[in-house]
Amino acid sequence: MITRRNFLRSALAGAAGLALPITALELLGPRRLRAERYDSSGVRWVFLVDTYKCVGCGLCVKACKQENEIPYDANVTRTWVERYVLTRDNRLFADSPKGARDGFITSRIDLGQGRYQDIKKEDIKKAFFVPKLCNQCENPPCVQVCPVGATYQAADGVVLVDRKWCIGCGYCIMACPYGVRFFHPNYHVAEKCNFCYHRITRGMKSACVDACPFGARQIGNIKDPDDPVTKVIMTERVAVLKEEYGTKPQVYYLGLSKEVR
Amino acid sequence: MVHGEAWTLKELFTYPNEYIYWSIQIVMYPFMTGLVAGAFVLSSLYHVFGIKKLKDMARFSLVFSFALLFVAPMPLLFHLQQPLRGLYVFMTPHFTSAIAAFGIVFSTYGAIVASELWFVYRRHFVEAALPLKEKSGKSPVEWFTYLVFCALTLGVYDVSEKSLEKDEKAVKVLAAAGIPVALFLHGYAGFIFGSVKANALWMTPLMPVIFIMSAIVSGIALCMFTYIVAMELRKLFSASRRRAAFRALPADHSPAHQGRSLQGAEPGVIQITSRYLLLFLVAAISLELLDLIFRGYTAVKSWDVLRSVIYGKDFISIFILQYGLGNLVPLILFLMPGLTVRRALLGTLLVLFGVFMMRWNVVIGGQAFSLTFAGYMHYHLPIIPHDYETFKEGLAGALTVGLMPFPLFWVMSKIFPVFDSGGRHE
Repeated sequence: MITRRNFLRSALAGAAGLALPITALELLGPRRLRAERYDSSGVRWVFLVDTYKCVGCGLCVKACKQENEIPYDANVTRTWVERYVLTRDNRLFADSPKGARDGFITSRIDLGQGRYQDIKKEDIKKAFFVPKLCNQCENPPCVQVCPVGATYQAADGVVLVDRKWCIGCGYCIMACPYGVRFFHPNYHVAEKCNFCYHRITRGMKSACVDACPFGARQIGNIKDPDDPVTKVIMTERVAVLKEEYGTKPQVYYLGLSKEVR
Repeated sequence: MVHGEAWTLKELFTYPNEYIYWSIQIVMYPFMTGLVAGAFVLSSLYHVFGIKKLKDMARFSLVFSFALLFVAPMPLLFHLQQPLRGLYVFMTPHFTSAIAAFGIVFSTYGAIVASELWFVYRRHFVEAALPLKEKSGKSPVEWFTYLVFCALTLGVYDVSEKSLEKDEKAVKVLAAAGIPVALFLHGYAGFIFGSVKANALWMTPLMPVIFIMSAIVSGIALCMFTYIVAMELRKLFSASRRRAAFRALPADHSPAHQGRSLQGAEPGVIQITSRYLLLFLVAAISLELLDLIFRGYTAVKSWDVLRSVIYGKDFISIFILQYGLGNLVPLILFLMPGLTVRRALLGTLLVLFGVFMMRWNVVIGGQAFSLTFAGYMHYHLPIIPHDYETFKEGLAGALTVGLMPFPLFWVMSKIFPVFDSGGRHE
């Protein structure tokens, strides 16, 4: 016979019993597991872009597409270069046709939908190029919003996507303030720059770094004080993109201008 | 072709990977979820707060909410690039994500509605199953009906006064528990958008509240609309049936054939429901305007591009279609004295349209400008599908989702009769 007293008693015992396995889950949290599995203290990958050195040739974009098997003609790319032109009458123009895969071969600004803007050389006050790639944020919103944990941050700071587990909801694409994410045209899952993870973990540089003839792109380990990239970041005046989002981006720029979006 | 390229037109400076990734199905998702929540709240007004005049509507909207419940996750599934992996959200939820708890919230809510339905219709199941049980020589159809209702009773055949009283109590408790869960279900849909800090239009703590208010508005409107249409259809059918019966048996004047003619939609029910509709409509509009004013007043970095979208590019769909046609006109229609059934029908349709446009302006409008704040993206809804993707994320896919509740409701009303004139089911 179930009396009210008995019911309450067994319900309490049940709740207490259930609480135990929940604490067990807490003990085996993925963060803890990751920390315990391998030592992560040695490496934190960061990137350094010297905008003074970039000429907008687009060799980095080309190399990236080939290295990471992003369909060459697809209008998406893991890295790209932007061109900014400020005219004497203070109008700002910017474009990145095909992500600058073929470089900036014309001086006309691409306004989209097949329209172009001609700007005379003498009207230009200031013009420069800005390479862009995933910022491998310290506080990555894309990782936060993934409903299945298919995108995650490795111990060395790089944010990766598990192509076998991504459900393709696009929430991470929406959450990224830098617009670096897209759907891979072949795999139909979220895709982004991962600093050429398959290369850097084997002692190589990322494809874009290797492809840049001017040294505008460099990759390094900020935990290594002797790394030339670390030295620049620690001693020179560097800036990051869109700091206001609180993502703590880890791609540092030399010579970043206020016009850059 | 890259996902999103088929329906996105880019203008001025946008990042290379930017497209309208969340298209029509993500407009449908909060729209359908809102209808679910709204319909349930309407039914709870009777069960919990005892608003007697809504008795007819309560049963109706509860069943309708259940039908809508099955449709609500469909747009999400249609939108996924890997729909077969949709279950991963249930299997490996990543709880920092606003979407991850969807499975839990959704199933909790589903369980509440299902159990409330069971208590409301338990007596009906028993009464439908028992006569068939005793009948010998059942036809296949009767066998089927018998099995269905037999299973639905869950083995409980007690319909004594005492047990029915307990049922009523259970319904009340479940309806009361359902309100916060229904509101949470939809507030949660709002949070999915409101918490995206990268999107200047979405990011506001008001988003969940705005979504809840407009959800209730849309749920009430849809229930009113379906109620009116269903009642009027029933009146038509019964009238023609009676006429046919009279023609066949002109001499027969037995009471069975003279039975009172069926009424159409009850003006009283319409009037009181529309009052609740108005209440929530005013709340929804106030919140949305508050958000708009606040954005203009604080004018943070993103305001320049937002203003150019809200007052420029999307002016027609926001101010003419959403606020004008979808909010102001029905407000006037419902406020004018002497509300007729026909005017209510038009009003509810416009309200539904207004809420749909609100969802559209949030989801599509939020992607109408680039993350650069210096470029725009235009959405072109694929009308004629030319492949799988333009089908499921085009007009055809949206219509499939939008129309699905009605056949579902029809099937469900065979099991849960919503038009019971005898007042058997409380």
